[in-house]
Amino acid sequence: MTTSGGSIVKAAPWNDPAARPYIQVDRITKSFGDFKAVDDVSLKIYKGEIFCLLGASGCGKTTLLRILGGFETPSSGKVFIDGEDMTGVPPYERPVNMMFQSYALFPHMNVEQNVAFGLKQDRVPKAEIQQRVATMLDLVKLGDFAKRKPHQLSGGQRQRVALARSLVKRPKLLLLDEPLGALDKKLREHTQFELISLQDKLGVTFVVVTHDQEEAMTLASRIGVMDHGEIVQAGTPSEIYEFPGSKFVADFVGSVNIFEGKLIEDQPEHVRIASNELGATVYVSHGISAAPEAIVWVAVRPEKIFMSTAQPQGTDNVVRGSVQDIAYLGDLSIYLVKLPTGKVVRVTQPNTSRHAEAISWDQQVYLTWDAESPVVLTR
Amino acid sequence: MQRCGVTGRGLVVVLPYLWLLLFFVVPFIIVLKISFSDVDLAIPPYKPLLEWVGKNSLAIKVNFNNYAFLFTDSLYINAFLNSIKVAFISTVLCLIIGYPVAYGIARAKPSTRNILLLLVVLPFWTSLLLRVYAWIGLLKANGVINNVLIWLHVIHEPLAMLYTPFAMYVGIVYSYLPFLILPLYANLEKMDWQLLEAAEDLGCRPWQAFYKITLPLSRNGILAGSMLVFIPAVGEFVIPALLGGPNALMIGRVLWDEFFSNRAWPVASAVAILLLILLVPFMMWYQSVQARESAGAR
Repeated sequence: MTTSGGSIVKAAPWNDPAARPYIQVDRITKSFGDFKAVDDVSLKIYKGEIFCLLGASGCGKTTLLRILGGFETPSSGKVFIDGEDMTGVPPYERPVNMMFQSYALFPHMNVEQNVAFGLKQDRVPKAEIQQRVATMLDLVKLGDFAKRKPHQLSGGQRQRVALARSLVKRPKLLLLDEPLGALDKKLREHTQFELISLQDKLGVTFVVVTHDQEEAMTLASRIGVMDHGEIVQAGTPSEIYEFPGSKFVADFVGSVNIFEGKLIEDQPEHVRIASNELGATVYVSHGISAAPEAIVWVAVRPEKIFMSTAQPQGTDNVVRGSVQDIAYLGDLSIYLVKLPTGKVVRVTQPNTSRHAEAISWDQQVYLTWDAESPVVLTR
Repeated sequence: MQRCGVTGRGLVVVLPYLWLLLFFVVPFIIVLKISFSDVDLAIPPYKPLLEWVGKNSLAIKVNFNNYAFLFTDSLYINAFLNSIKVAFISTVLCLIIGYPVAYGIARAKPSTRNILLLLVVLPFWTSLLLRVYAWIGLLKANGVINNVLIWLHVIHEPLAMLYTPFAMYVGIVYSYLPFLILPLYANLEKMDWQLLEAAEDLGCRPWQAFYKITLPLSRNGILAGSMLVFIPAVGEFVIPALLGGPNALMIGRVLWDEFFSNRAWPVASAVAILLLILLVPFMMWYQSVQARESAGAR
């Protein structure tokens, strides 16, 4: 779940100011009445990326995707694809294809006809259609199902038909709306990797909308976290996870413990924060930009907290508590540790040994973390 | 409970069959019987099929002349053909008008949808006869339409609309339109509109998406609605009689004349039976379409 980052665009063009963005979203706003579904969003997406728009339902991610597809006209702002202004261009004239969440396969056509539909529409010669459809069906491993109707297919097969249908036109940009949402967990994991290898093979730029952070982490070269119509942070999966810019992002992507505290020592190479919530001081081995005495939040990921029954050395970054709840997940266990202050801290520990000495309910434990683990957030 | 013999479930099944037996099968057999009888100047005006010959023998006299007669006199064949033509044209006109209406209702907001559906059904709250008479008032020489057109100086003399095929088609299309709109709406309402977005995404202009996706997917609704217009329109009597004038030769009219003017019950019955035979394939087609529709397969 952590930081795999499936398809990494090799050169990381987003760090290169000279690189030309392939898709440029320029100050897009979309209002429905008084409600701003998308609020002044600007975005640069580079060729060959898998860019994930991640957010809770109603955050505007689907509206933004539909604007890229041409299904919604933005209230203001512009969209450029490969340098061309696409604002106001209808979907049927865009070099963009979309894979719908419901797949939207045509029920009265078989798999082959579904996939060939877009090519026929473009009046591609018959022989070429046949060849391209066959190649695409082989690529998504549906060669044997060409004559089946959509209702005769399983969920995973339908998903692959939808993918083939949207890819066969070789779009400059493929939009995927919750592409794996309708699949069960095992199949979803498998399909994620298939999707990445397919994208790698074809070199198409993907924009994926998802509410599932795990899915975003696995698929994305970069993630844009959305909230209330705005992109609150955009970055690689590991940037988003390890260096969240706000409490919202830290909390939304993965689980996190957040302690409110006051900055009591502010040095260029380290800071110290006193937290009443934690009942201890936090020592962080990097500087931050905040006013002295400012209220800040310290975010520590559950897997970066070590738990032991023996008291560790030092006084910073050490707290004592009692185990309140344990969830055994097989590969790891989640412990909820209640501090004397009443704050409950979430800790995950990998179950590295089959016969580990068990920590049980109500046991007193010490929690500690490295000085470089916490992220100090100012908003 | 099972031992009582009659269960509640059995009763539920029996009732509709009993209904059909009493009000369909029995009358049908009576009509069938009359169609094989001879005309007689009596009350009722036909001879019985079964007759006592002497003391102990019962003779059955089956007369096929009534049917043969229908094929010798071109009046009946023409009336049949004309009825089918009128019903067909009416169905096509209903489709042309009804499809956009059904489509519009299906795509309307759910709140407006119910109001629109109510408006479609509203005419049923008055009797058909009254509504057809209302059309007489609208279409006649000094009727509403002519008066308004003259007042607007569009025309100088009243148009002869009443008692023309035009008036008859207006009447039939007006009366049967809801029967086409409702099943078509029921079909379109189930449509996944995202399919149209998918089609546009793949390069279709909106009208192409309609032609390639909506139209084929609403085929069952089109067929069901068309049958509901076509089948009763073939045998329609009231509307052609009231609006169509003396020249509207339709099989329903012929049937009426045979029964009441000529008192030729056997011939009239033969016409009725033939009409039924003619319509059975369409009814079966309608049934199979309905079955397919409710099974959900496209």
